[in-house]
Amino acid sequence: MPANTQPDIIDQKISEDYKYGFVTDIESETLPPGLDEDVVRFISTKKEEPQWLLDWRLKAYRHWLKMKEPVWAKVHYHDIDYQDIIYYSAPKKKELQSLDEVDPELLRTYDKLGIPLEEQKMLSGVAVDAVFDSVSVTTTFREELGKYGIIFCSFSEAAKNHSDLVKKYLGTVVPYTDNYFATLNSAVFSDGSFVYIPKGVRCPMELSTYFRINEAKTGQFERTLIIADEGSYVSYLEGCTAPMRDENQLHAAVVELVAHKDATIKYSTVQNWYPGHPKTGVGGIYNFVTKRGICLEENSRISWTQVETGSAITWKYPSCILKGDNSVGEFYSVALSNNHQQADTGTKMIHLGKNTRSTIISKGISAGHGQQAYRGQVKIMKGAENARNFSQCDSILIGDKCAAHTFPYIDVRNPTAQMEHEATTSNIGEDQLFYCNQRGLSTEDAISMIVNGFCKEVFNELPMEFAMEATKLLEVSLEGSVG
Amino acid sequence: MLEIKNLHAGVEGKIILHGIDLNIKQGEMHVIMGRNGSGKSTLSNVITGRNGYEVTAGDILYKGESILDWSPEDRALAGIFMSFQYPVVIPGVNNTYFLKAAVNSKRKYNGKKELDAASFLKLIKEKLTEMDMEAEYLQRAVNEGFSGGEKKRNEILQLLCLEPELSIMDETDSGLDIDALKIVAKGINNYHNEKRSFLVITHYQRFLKYVEPDIVHVLIGGKIVKSGGKELAIELEEKGYRWLEPA
Repeated sequence: MPANTQPDIIDQKISEDYKYGFVTDIESETLPPGLDEDVVRFISTKKEEPQWLLDWRLKAYRHWLKMKEPVWAKVHYHDIDYQDIIYYSAPKKKELQSLDEVDPELLRTYDKLGIPLEEQKMLSGVAVDAVFDSVSVTTTFREELGKYGIIFCSFSEAAKNHSDLVKKYLGTVVPYTDNYFATLNSAVFSDGSFVYIPKGVRCPMELSTYFRINEAKTGQFERTLIIADEGSYVSYLEGCTAPMRDENQLHAAVVELVAHKDATIKYSTVQNWYPGHPKTGVGGIYNFVTKRGICLEENSRISWTQVETGSAITWKYPSCILKGDNSVGEFYSVALSNNHQQADTGTKMIHLGKNTRSTIISKGISAGHGQQAYRGQVKIMKGAENARNFSQCDSILIGDKCAAHTFPYIDVRNPTAQMEHEATTSNIGEDQLFYCNQRGLSTEDAISMIVNGFCKEVFNELPMEFAMEATKLLEVSLEGSVG
Repeated sequence: MLEIKNLHAGVEGKIILHGIDLNIKQGEMHVIMGRNGSGKSTLSNVITGRNGYEVTAGDILYKGESILDWSPEDRALAGIFMSFQYPVVIPGVNNTYFLKAAVNSKRKYNGKKELDAASFLKLIKEKLTEMDMEAEYLQRAVNEGFSGGEKKRNEILQLLCLEPELSIMDETDSGLDIDALKIVAKGINNYHNEKRSFLVITHYQRFLKYVEPDIVHVLIGGKIVKSGGKELAIELEEKGYRWLEPA
């Protein structure tokens, strides 16, 4: 059982003299800041990866050196010093002794979200009591999935135990040359999730990263690969509604989805990383993510649903390549930028196969000094006979210091295509607020109600429990958005 | 119940009300009539505390207390309800959810236990029957796709659920056909009793055929120029407003 053997590996590693001469101590093992080939090799060695994966990482690293950071997104931030980032810090973070040491503001938010005490401890990095036996939860869970032949494990484990599968699919959707951040991720990714659903299997439960929470932390360069074989179905939930703090400012994750014939992948995200100081925006996470799925064969379907409320800067475009005939791509998004948050997010739908269909529903909410851009591309290629797309991008503004921008890109190379695009931008009206006030609702309650109404079409796509949490989350995230 | 003293008020720097005096006692129904621009809607917005409306002199007392510094929601919670002339649409928020939040906000304010979904549904179904409305209404978003008549009926439905002590009907009768007018009037009459007061603001005398006001006031140029019984409304219908205007 990997969850049990892991500490042994760690102990073993720690007791070794480290041949590259990096600092090692008992509590944690951390590389000094900086990135070079040795760092890439070190990470790969630590994870006991097969040679092919190290080679792949190195190719990515060498390619990355030749690339330039993109500047086209409508976000502003200070230059990132890539030599000032720690690329390996594992496995044990310094733990706080009790919740008394945690920022009271954070705890207040946890309470509002109704997060149980033990989970609060995990989220804020406090040592967890033995009572909460997440190892056994994980074990039971895995046994259940094992009956169906489903593989759900950390990426590192997969690279070791299912090397052939990983090798077959890794980088097939997001090649290591894809973009600056994805290439960086390919070189130095720390860990992530791997899912394989065998032919004809309908995954009996929502797979959630939550179940992996007590395994080694995945860190800032997360890598996820999900494969749904012929006729299978999986619903995957990523993230957590609780605000997550992290000392790493830059997060550059990559997610790849592969759907075979008649398979469906539903990928839901709730992202609530620390957005930075409400007044200054200082200290917030930069979330630069590459997410892409391919509908490889006919009648496959990929559906992205995201609720983005956190991070100082979000740069994210979950996309679908609709290669198989009759395949379907969907993107449902709620993105909120409050205070000094900036978000440039949207999707790409690339239609290659015949009768492919895509739907885009994007709901943007800007409040405070929030800046938000929707950027979406719909591409209908030559062979995509009778492709259809429906896009709807709505933005709502709260207050007069925020902004919303919409950048739709449409590229149609086949005359049989049908495209529909709708976009609206509106303010939360003074008249709407007054109407609610006059019915005895406070302005904050009124805003949260109006915003939730605005987001309803997207929330309807989330699994029930997640949807309720998301509603609550918006409420908390919008607090104080009216002066 | 409501006492308005020498009220001067306006919006965006323009004074519209020039010294209003009004005293509505418990259980009374007062009617304010006046033409467009006479200040009728300003008066209802000032009483309910709408943002942007400014009181430059005078006072508004509700149950003996000045409410000028109260927020709109506090006035609402204390029992002042306004039926809007133009009820707004709130997309995606369904009526059940909206009304339940409003009812529970008020119950909380009054120190009562909040209603759970089942008890609320029971309450609202009763009121729906009273207003001759379909249950399908509950699934629809607040005022979205409602006809003019449906919107006004919805206002009365909300009134019945929220049980205010002072109800301000801001041109509730305008834009209604005769059937809708009768239903709205019936709702008001059933609700009106010796404890509950009404301030009915209207253009037209026709509404007064269906309700029984105690006092009728005529508002011209931001001042009440004449008050009287129901017969005043009839007189207005015959003679128009001109005879009351200052020379």
